[in-house]
Amino acid sequence: MEQKTLIKLVVGSEAIFFLALLMAFVYFTYVPVLNPRVASSLDLNRTSLFTVMLLSSSVTFWRAEVSFRRGRTKQLRLWLLCTVVLGVVFLVGQGSEYSSLLSRQLTVSKGTFTTSFFTLTGFHGLHVLIGIVVLSIVLYLTFLGDLDDPDSALLPSVGIYWHFVDVVWAVVFVIVYVLPHFLTGHTP
Amino acid sequence: MITDVEIPEPLAPLPGATVNTNQGLLQWISSVDHKQIGIMYLLMTLFYLLVGGLLALLMRVQLMVPTNTFLAPDSYNQLFTMHGTTMIFFVLTPAILGLAVYMVPLQIGANEMAFPRLNAFSFWISFFGGFLLYFSFLAGGAPDAGWFSYAPLNQTQYSASPGIDYYCIGLLLSGIGTVGTAANLVVTIITLRTPSMHYRYLPVFVWMVLIDAFLILAAFPSLNAALVMLLVDRQLDGHFFNTDAGGSALLWQHLFWLFGHPEVYIVVLPPFGVLSEVFQVYSRKPIFGYPFVVGSGIAISLLAFGVWVHHMFATGMGNTVNSFFAVSSMLIGIPTGVKVFNWLGTMYGGSIRFTTGMLFATAFLVEFTIGGLSGISFAIVPIDWQLTDTYYVVAHLHYVFLGGSLFGLFAGFFYWVPKISGRLYSETLGKWFFWLFVIGFNLTFFVQHILGIIGMPRRVYTYPNLAGYSSLNLISSLGAFLMGVSMLLFLYLLYDTLKRGKRAGDNPWDGYTFEWLASSPPQLKNFTLLPPVYSFRPLHDLNHPKIGDYQKPDEEKYGTKDVD
Repeated sequence: MEQKTLIKLVVGSEAIFFLALLMAFVYFTYVPVLNPRVASSLDLNRTSLFTVMLLSSSVTFWRAEVSFRRGRTKQLRLWLLCTVVLGVVFLVGQGSEYSSLLSRQLTVSKGTFTTSFFTLTGFHGLHVLIGIVVLSIVLYLTFLGDLDDPDSALLPSVGIYWHFVDVVWAVVFVIVYVLPHFLTGHTP
Repeated sequence: MITDVEIPEPLAPLPGATVNTNQGLLQWISSVDHKQIGIMYLLMTLFYLLVGGLLALLMRVQLMVPTNTFLAPDSYNQLFTMHGTTMIFFVLTPAILGLAVYMVPLQIGANEMAFPRLNAFSFWISFFGGFLLYFSFLAGGAPDAGWFSYAPLNQTQYSASPGIDYYCIGLLLSGIGTVGTAANLVVTIITLRTPSMHYRYLPVFVWMVLIDAFLILAAFPSLNAALVMLLVDRQLDGHFFNTDAGGSALLWQHLFWLFGHPEVYIVVLPPFGVLSEVFQVYSRKPIFGYPFVVGSGIAISLLAFGVWVHHMFATGMGNTVNSFFAVSSMLIGIPTGVKVFNWLGTMYGGSIRFTTGMLFATAFLVEFTIGGLSGISFAIVPIDWQLTDTYYVVAHLHYVFLGGSLFGLFAGFFYWVPKISGRLYSETLGKWFFWLFVIGFNLTFFVQHILGIIGMPRRVYTYPNLAGYSSLNLISSLGAFLMGVSMLLFLYLLYDTLKRGKRAGDNPWDGYTFEWLASSPPQLKNFTLLPPVYSFRPLHDLNHPKIGDYQKPDEEKYGTKDVD
């Protein structure tokens, strides 16, 4: 109860942090008119694939929680491992996206679009990384028997954070990748 | 029927609490006890108050006479930047957190914060954030773009020394600590109240801390986001605020003031709570209009997020935007005014004891009202255009930060120091300190209203010998030195209290709330047994069963009934 309330408050605070970064991105790329370079520099199809990976990690985490409540520790470990792997795959995808952007000279200092893009997605990536570290610790703790007690608040608390990170990505994905592609697709 | 409830204590001791108390400093460093962490917060506050005050005195020396050459322009820039940053982030903010962390568990009848180790972590990360900020002096120059570090002055082409990088990292660290403590306080207040303490019986100070903690959680992320963007600009050559490369100076101002204006209320709401306690106890009456004190606190916290553009009237946002924020800024004066009348109503008809704490509380009413009125004058856009960036602003903000927050904190200090130290302070010394400080404060800042109106700009290292400038600045500087002297007296008072102060009983003021039930100073375990709570003055009910609030109807309990 206490842990969950704490995580909810922290997540609420974090949401405002991301909102500020998102507003900066929107301000620089959508105002006064959408920067047409956004859609052409970003690879929507590849990022969609990695987005599906990250969002499905929320599903695997949900399965982990179900196994936890039923007291099936082996299943719990398996689902947690899946969640960690999906998170890592997402980060690898982001890394390869960054390296392809950098190889095309689209660096942080290129312009306001790249500055706000790298800051926004970079901080999200940092949060995914923190989530992976925390999930790995939870996975390790299952071997020590810390999660044998179905009343433990550990897994539900971590879950609030992990789902939050996924929701942030869903919003970022729509605003940074989907919407510019869609909007520029209709205006020549 | 009175049934005492047992207060839960963790079964296994937490690391840190097990360290032998003979180990002195090590025991403090490793402590997770909310009272020790609260005291460390307050000591850190005192340290930075002296440092920040010293910086201000150096500035007042420079401004004592026209065309002075005591300080070079660039050192002057660093001084006012560090003075503001220190006083806001390392004096007022940790002071309210320190009092909250110390008093909230005691007032709600808990033995610890909800997360003792998070509490220690939050304190230490704030502490080292301050160190990092001050390390900039050794690393090539302190930040020099003002405490709100406007773009594009905060960019490397205008401020090449690493000062602003230290400003970013120092404030980020202390900001993370502040958010951690705020979340900890919310969870503590929600989950650890003694079972019969419903929200309607919560002491006003705890209410204000609860509201304040939500404000912190919502306001600090804007600052943190602005700071990481600024770091990206400075370290990775980004373009968020670099106007030469398409960045936006206004974006910084929006993000900063979206934090900065709520921050003003963050540092004043807990002092409002402190004053509500001080006024009731020293007037021997329950607070007048408890629901209004709490309700206006909530109203202030909501309105606090809708007024930030009044810091930006001079940026040319257009009449529609300016009018909206002018109205909202005037609107926030209403709940604040409600509180002033609540406190006056509490004093009215009470049998008042003018201890040093009560003197500070009473002086607060006068000084804060002056600060409030000059604040309202800024909500009027043409007046703001005329007076922006003059000493009128400096006078206003010092009347609300000192006359408001700091006077409230001093009232709380004198009210609670017998509980924290277990000793009574000398009222004679306390009154000397009070009068010296109040006179010094008014001398320093009242004349700055006039200086601002006759056109003296703030943040300029010197001024020409124009009519009125020299004499008013001299008065202001002398007042500042009087405040400096009074702070030395305060240090002596503190020493005298700890060294020679008479032993305070558990309840020297006949207080109303549970902290006065614990021993003075409270032991590691605050409470073993607590009586049930039937009003917001539970200890008064226990000590004065014949006139206790528990038997009164609600309108008398909450002091909303007319006094004949």
